[in-house]
Amino acid sequence: MNTVSPFVLLSALLFTLGVIGVLTRRNAILIFMSIELMLNSANLAFVAFAHQWGQLDGQMFVFFVMAVAAAEVAVGLALIVTIFRSKKSTNVDDLSQLKG
Amino acid sequence: MQLLSISPILFPLLGLLINAFFGKRMSERLIGAIASIMVLASFAVSAYLFIRAGALPEAQRLLSVDLGIPWIQAGKLSVPFGFLIDPLSTTMMLIVTGVGGLIHIYSVGYMRGDARFQRFFVYLNLFIASMLVLVMADSFLLMFVGWELVGLCSYLLIGFWFSNLKNAEAGRKAFVVNRIGDVGFILGILLIFATFGTLTFSGVFGKVTAMSAVNSPVIVAITLLLFVGAVGKSAQIPLFVWLPDAMAGPTPVSALIHAATMVTAGIYMMTRAHVLYTAAPATQDVVAIVGALTALVGGSIALTQYDIKKVLAYSTVSQLGFMVAAAGLGAYVASIFHLAMHAFFKALLFLAAGSVIHGMEHLGHANGAHAVDPQDMRNMGGLRTKMPVTFVVYVIGALALAGVPPFSGFFSKDEIVVAALQHNPLVFGLLAVAAVFTALYVGRQLVMVFFGKARTGNAEHAAESSPVMTIPLIVLAVFAALAGFLNLPGVGTLGTWLAPAVGGYEPEALQIGVAGLFTLLALAALLGAWIVYRDAFAKAADADPLERFGGLYVFLKRAWFIDALYQSVVVKLFYAASSFLARVFDVGGIDGLVNGTAVLVRNTSGALRRIQNGLVRSYGLMMLFGVVVIVAYFLWSAAVH
Amino acid sequence: MTFDLFVFIGLALIGILAAIGLLTSRSAIYAALFLILNFSTVAVLYLMLNAPFLAVIQVSVYAGAIMVLFLFVIMLLGAERLAGPEAKTGLLWQRPLAVGLGALLLLQAGYVLITRFGQTAVSTTVVKSGPLDIGLMLFGPYLLPFEVTSVLLLVAIVGAVVLTRNK
Repeated sequence: MNTVSPFVLLSALLFTLGVIGVLTRRNAILIFMSIELMLNSANLAFVAFAHQWGQLDGQMFVFFVMAVAAAEVAVGLALIVTIFRSKKSTNVDDLSQLKG
Repeated sequence: MQLLSISPILFPLLGLLINAFFGKRMSERLIGAIASIMVLASFAVSAYLFIRAGALPEAQRLLSVDLGIPWIQAGKLSVPFGFLIDPLSTTMMLIVTGVGGLIHIYSVGYMRGDARFQRFFVYLNLFIASMLVLVMADSFLLMFVGWELVGLCSYLLIGFWFSNLKNAEAGRKAFVVNRIGDVGFILGILLIFATFGTLTFSGVFGKVTAMSAVNSPVIVAITLLLFVGAVGKSAQIPLFVWLPDAMAGPTPVSALIHAATMVTAGIYMMTRAHVLYTAAPATQDVVAIVGALTALVGGSIALTQYDIKKVLAYSTVSQLGFMVAAAGLGAYVASIFHLAMHAFFKALLFLAAGSVIHGMEHLGHANGAHAVDPQDMRNMGGLRTKMPVTFVVYVIGALALAGVPPFSGFFSKDEIVVAALQHNPLVFGLLAVAAVFTALYVGRQLVMVFFGKARTGNAEHAAESSPVMTIPLIVLAVFAALAGFLNLPGVGTLGTWLAPAVGGYEPEALQIGVAGLFTLLALAALLGAWIVYRDAFAKAADADPLERFGGLYVFLKRAWFIDALYQSVVVKLFYAASSFLARVFDVGGIDGLVNGTAVLVRNTSGALRRIQNGLVRSYGLMMLFGVVVIVAYFLWSAAVH
Repeated sequence: MTFDLFVFIGLALIGILAAIGLLTSRSAIYAALFLILNFSTVAVLYLMLNAPFLAVIQVSVYAGAIMVLFLFVIMLLGAERLAGPEAKTGLLWQRPLAVGLGALLLLQAGYVLITRFGQTAVSTTVVKSGPLDIGLMLFGPYLLPFEVTSVLLLVAIVGAVVLTRNK
């Protein structure tokens, strides 16, 4: 394997699947997981390109993305828990009004 | 010195400020006292200025008071804030503040108990200040400011009892008709500026004198436009229709504004601008004919009116016609002389009429009901014994108006007709007929109001008014009786005094023939009125003896159908145009446009609203769509380049 | 067909199937497990791409800590069972449109990759990417972002505590 094209193509495919997941699932937790999938596919692309250019900076970015993802998951899940408390639901279609 | 010169304006202004801001907490007596004292103080200063000017040599009497404040500076236009103290303006100041002061005192009694007593005196003081601005102005523009201010006061005071729709409509009519004249006036002012590049009297008149042209088209145009202003303000043909309706205001207002002072502003303005008019004989002829016709028309209508104030109103129109005719004949002194005399006797007549109306209302007040119209002369009769003071002063005013010697009106009218005889026989003829009409309607009014038997209970129970009203009447009566001696034929005290301001004056000797003829005409007409009307009204419902003239009577009664003409032509056309605009253009065009826009927005947003469904996933879908489109655009543009 | 390629195809298939499983599973628990499977395959791919440190982090932090948090919340809320097919909301076109647009996006991405990077060879210089080298990078050129990340995490902790606190 002297080219990273397959990795990047896989990354694009996983990203698309993540997008479709965000748009078709109605459970907030699953939407969240789809977003994680998208982040992960982007990470894969970063690592692939870092390997292609022979530099570590791409891997640094992945590191930071993971840190951000961890923070995001913490806050996002807290939000979901809070919404579930008031709405008794994790279905995003139930959250179509600006009022709580 | 400057402050002293403008203090006649400042006193009434001070009075109106005090009354406007603190009047709510003051008694009626105090409000009236402040307003009257301010006007009297103004009168005192005017008298001082008058006397001081009299002590100066003739050439120095034209005193210009420039406050040194540039008022309007715009391009070539430069108008200073200046006033003119000269024989003409001091004379007018004395008339305005003197008659105004007496009417203020009278009003304290007349308006007693009115719900808007305070407001009345605020307006009255504002009027005095405005009128003084008008007469003291040293430029056409400042004069126009005063001109508009008195118009405003007139509107406010005619509609003073605005809760009655008729009064409010009368005020509006006066305002609208006056605007027609004002358009002419302001166009004249603009033409003056365009022609001479200045608006101060001294500047304009200096340039006119330097031109020394006779009947140059531009000056004829200027003078005619200014005359349009005078026609509106001084109620000449064809714009006199507002003045009779203006009688809807309180009687002191009719006396002060619509007889003695404001309506004479047009005559004053023409006298002030005599340099222009002398340079335009063509305009002068128009002015003289319009004035004489107005005198005739006004007098003829007054013959048929029943309302005591309407008779006096048409009489005022007629007398203003005399003054305008005199101005048109170039007899400016005669014009101002008659203006002053008319201020005295017509103010007297109006105030006395107010006293009569007050007397007639006595019963009404007692019963709390107005069964009969207290202003209709058919309801009066026999008031001679009920109101003796009012009767005596009324007779003096009436004789002065009719032109019976030695009362004031005789001398001033004589001077006008002598001038007419010398310059324009047609005007002389018209004025002679008008003089006969004057004596006729005066006699008719005297007989109907004061002689015979009381025709209603109100007349039966009429009572003399309080001293606060009768004392001003007596003072005015003294003036109305004796003021004519100010300008005796052949002596001309007033004329000599005014001469520097009106371009010279030569007193005429008394022409026995003319004076005798007019005296005889007046006496004969009074006698005729006595004979016709002595037994005409046995009871209030009787018909007027003139009704046997049929069509002619109706013609006069309806004021020559001029109001009807305006109603059917001007107003109907206006309403038709307005109705077209309101029903067709506004509904179809403007509303259509506005509603169309609204419908468009509503439908568009109604369609777009479906997108805003509040569902996160569909927003995400749109976002994805946007991403795809943007990436596609980048790919496309990269492929193109 | 090299061994590398063979491994890659195998891993890629597992990863894609896991992702599809995430999209279609009826149970939230299963979905989370499918995601963990996907993450793990990606971790192996990292190893193939000369990123051993990231591969470890991927397993321990991502597949470990984060996904445990997910499972924890799912079980806490009792939201294992997911709603049936599109019901009342009326987003009938949502699913086909999403799939269609996703396919378009994939086509675009693929077009770009093939035309721009298609056969670009991998750099011959082999960089060392052990924990030591990563650490030198983090505390060298990337020191400031690293510290900022710590602030971000602190804020996230505070936020999570405040959001879930019972009033």
